[in-house]
Amino acid sequence: MPRGALSAVGIAAALSLALTSCSSSSGSAPSAAGSAQGGGTLVVGVTSDPDTLFPWKATQFTTVNVLQNLYGTLTEFDKDLNVVPGLAESWQASEDGKTLTFKLRQGVTFADGSAFDSADVKASLEKIKDEKTAAVAAASLSSVESVEAPDPNTVVLELSGPDSALPANLATVNMAMLSSDDTEEELNAKPNGTGPFTLGKRVANQSLTLTRNDKYWNEKAKVASVEFRVIPDESSIVSAMQSGNVQLAVFNDPLVAQTAQGGTVNVAKTPQLNYHVLQLNAQRGDLKDVNVRLAIQCAIDRKQVLDTAALGEGEVVGPITAPAYKSDPNKRPCPTRDLAKAADYLAKAGKSGGVTVKTIVSQGEYATSVNEAQNLKAQLAEAKINLDLEVLESGAFVDRWVAADFDAAVALNGGRPEPDGSYARYFTSDGNLNKVAGYSSPKLDELFAEGKATTDQAARKAIYDQVAAELENNAPWIWLFSGYTYTATAANVQGFVPMASGSLQYLRTTSVG
Amino acid sequence: MRALVRNRVVRRVAGTVGTLFGVAVFVFVMLRAIPGNQITANLGTEAAALTPAQQQALERYYGLDQPLVTQFFSWLGNMFTGNFGYSARAQQSVLDLTLQSLPVTFELAVFSIVLALLIGVPLGMLAASRTNSVRDAAGQVVSLAGLSIPAFLLATTLLTVFAASFGFNPNGQGFVPFFADPLLNLQQMLLPSLVLGFGIAAPILRTTRTAVLEVRSNDFVRTARAKGVPERRLQVRHVLGNALVPIVTMTGLQFGYLLGGAVVVEQIFSVPGIGRQVLLGIQQKEYAVVQSTVLVIALAFVIVNLLTDVLYRIIDPRVRAS
Repeated sequence: MPRGALSAVGIAAALSLALTSCSSSSGSAPSAAGSAQGGGTLVVGVTSDPDTLFPWKATQFTTVNVLQNLYGTLTEFDKDLNVVPGLAESWQASEDGKTLTFKLRQGVTFADGSAFDSADVKASLEKIKDEKTAAVAAASLSSVESVEAPDPNTVVLELSGPDSALPANLATVNMAMLSSDDTEEELNAKPNGTGPFTLGKRVANQSLTLTRNDKYWNEKAKVASVEFRVIPDESSIVSAMQSGNVQLAVFNDPLVAQTAQGGTVNVAKTPQLNYHVLQLNAQRGDLKDVNVRLAIQCAIDRKQVLDTAALGEGEVVGPITAPAYKSDPNKRPCPTRDLAKAADYLAKAGKSGGVTVKTIVSQGEYATSVNEAQNLKAQLAEAKINLDLEVLESGAFVDRWVAADFDAAVALNGGRPEPDGSYARYFTSDGNLNKVAGYSSPKLDELFAEGKATTDQAARKAIYDQVAAELENNAPWIWLFSGYTYTATAANVQGFVPMASGSLQYLRTTSVG
Repeated sequence: MRALVRNRVVRRVAGTVGTLFGVAVFVFVMLRAIPGNQITANLGTEAAALTPAQQQALERYYGLDQPLVTQFFSWLGNMFTGNFGYSARAQQSVLDLTLQSLPVTFELAVFSIVLALLIGVPLGMLAASRTNSVRDAAGQVVSLAGLSIPAFLLATTLLTVFAASFGFNPNGQGFVPFFADPLLNLQQMLLPSLVLGFGIAAPILRTTRTAVLEVRSNDFVRTARAKGVPERRLQVRHVLGNALVPIVTMTGLQFGYLLGGAVVVEQIFSVPGIGRQVLLGIQQKEYAVVQSTVLVIALAFVIVNLLTDVLYRIIDPRVRAS
């Protein structure tokens, strides 16, 4: 009776067989990807494509990394995050530190062939500073009073006071030098920079290809092109690496990195500048009292947070994560968890009965947030501190964070190679993020000003050690740990140098074998 | 006038326009109820550092300084002129984006439905051929698996197994449209449509089984068998033929749902379909992208429903008569 039905099953089976056989027969085709002649193509797997091609407004990870390869800056970072010459060959501060003179590199051209000169620098810096441009790095130029271009190869910045953080601040892609003839609209459609690559082809939401810039002023890129291929799911990027379709990818999630390791894929880990932190808002309720904040500081075992939330992948850190200025986490008031001390601090604050802290947590922004929050809650509960967790979708989290509408926030903040760039905006009374940081003091204002006015490296380190001590002793935030950036490369990829900032600037030295 | 109102076509068109307008209002309002806007979506927490003048400049740039009513009607008005808005992120008009993503989703939906029918209908008939037997149990297991195995799990597993064990990962090569490279395109569609088809096969299998059982208990089947109609002809022509209406209804519903984009499967297999377009629009708070795309999806759904109705009339003369 069921013969009809059976034959239908037969057809289905035959068809699916035909489909699979057709697929397996051509399954070997993709292995040829990346072996084109003339330096070849390097395929980088990314979860999203750039949200803008305008460097002054770029903040997202992929966006910054793509644009960094298209545009040049006056100064640059080397692999150890030291400031080195970029489009400016050299710079010299005047005796009183109020004048900074840049000598520009000669013979540099933009992608469209036009020459780069001091007029472009003047126009760029003035536009970045102009609030109407809404450039994200505008505040880094707050000390700049005027920009002069006395000749095509010289730029003179008149400053309101010495600013030794300025050369480092000029090294980000948000300070990219644009041609004075270009507008934001034009550049969004067709980037025109001085970087090691130019924009080749772009298929929105799918891929973006960079082509080697043969007129680049520095050592030319080794590969002929770099394709940023959008694969929205991180584990799918891992699969694409295993099948040889993608040769390089950067992961932040230790779990994903673990699955990538093995076979022909190498995974290298680099300590990040970014730090995980429990931000307290010292303007609100019980947290106004420094003793309550110190109680929280003492009731947390940071290593435990790191182990439970991030598989122990990272290191416990103090406020400053930049290699040259790194804070010693053992110098904080309670380097190890001390519940007795926490109870003392609470008693001093007159809160022996305990306190409740409303804490916002983002979901989806980065992998470990919710686990961190839950571990912090469990630990603090033992010290009668109740973290009232509010887990928010990342857009809602950003809204609340921007409005400083929280008692505490579990956050992953971006660290920078220069401590002034990292923290002056948060913890000086006129910093543009001071409202969110919720804490400043005359002492900190003084120290940050001193740090800016000092050029000697050793002296600066001593000043920022004081800044770190001041921050830890007043516990406006509770610094937890820094994770790793995982760079996965296929066996045939050589010469890539991962950086603590997560930057992909060394794509230009990378080759595909 | 009354005749006009009574006219079924006119009523149907009016209903459709009303539905679409409702969708437009709903999406518009919902989007603005989500916290954040394009500025915070772009800048993240950096948005906190904006000065009031910078904030104003950005609001003007993204058109967020216009009153909501103006935003709504200028968008809707533009839709009628074929201007679906512009995606600053993609540097392309939403119409162009949709013209690229809709065919991809359509292709994926067709393959998924075909696979689902190939799995669901025969297995449903097989299960119904002898209730409570081993083959019935097998059918139930397949449909239970189809319903309960989450698409993301099946998709990730298939992708990982094929990529790691066989080096077969056409989806890792970057998506290729059908007309650019048909063979590669079909390979890229294979796993995603298998995952989707397997999930949809379950309700189709169950519907088929129930419908076949119901039809088989009718007198005309016994009569036909008594008249000596060959068994295969009886099963296909008399039983399946009469069980088609619920199967078509279920298939039409599932197809319409697929045209809305299968976001999870599209994400995992990097298929640039319409679901991903909406998702990216939401993440980036590109209101025009989301609004226009959702309206296109709603329209597609309405059209599929209409076609399903037409199909009823073809397969079942009784519907025609009423």
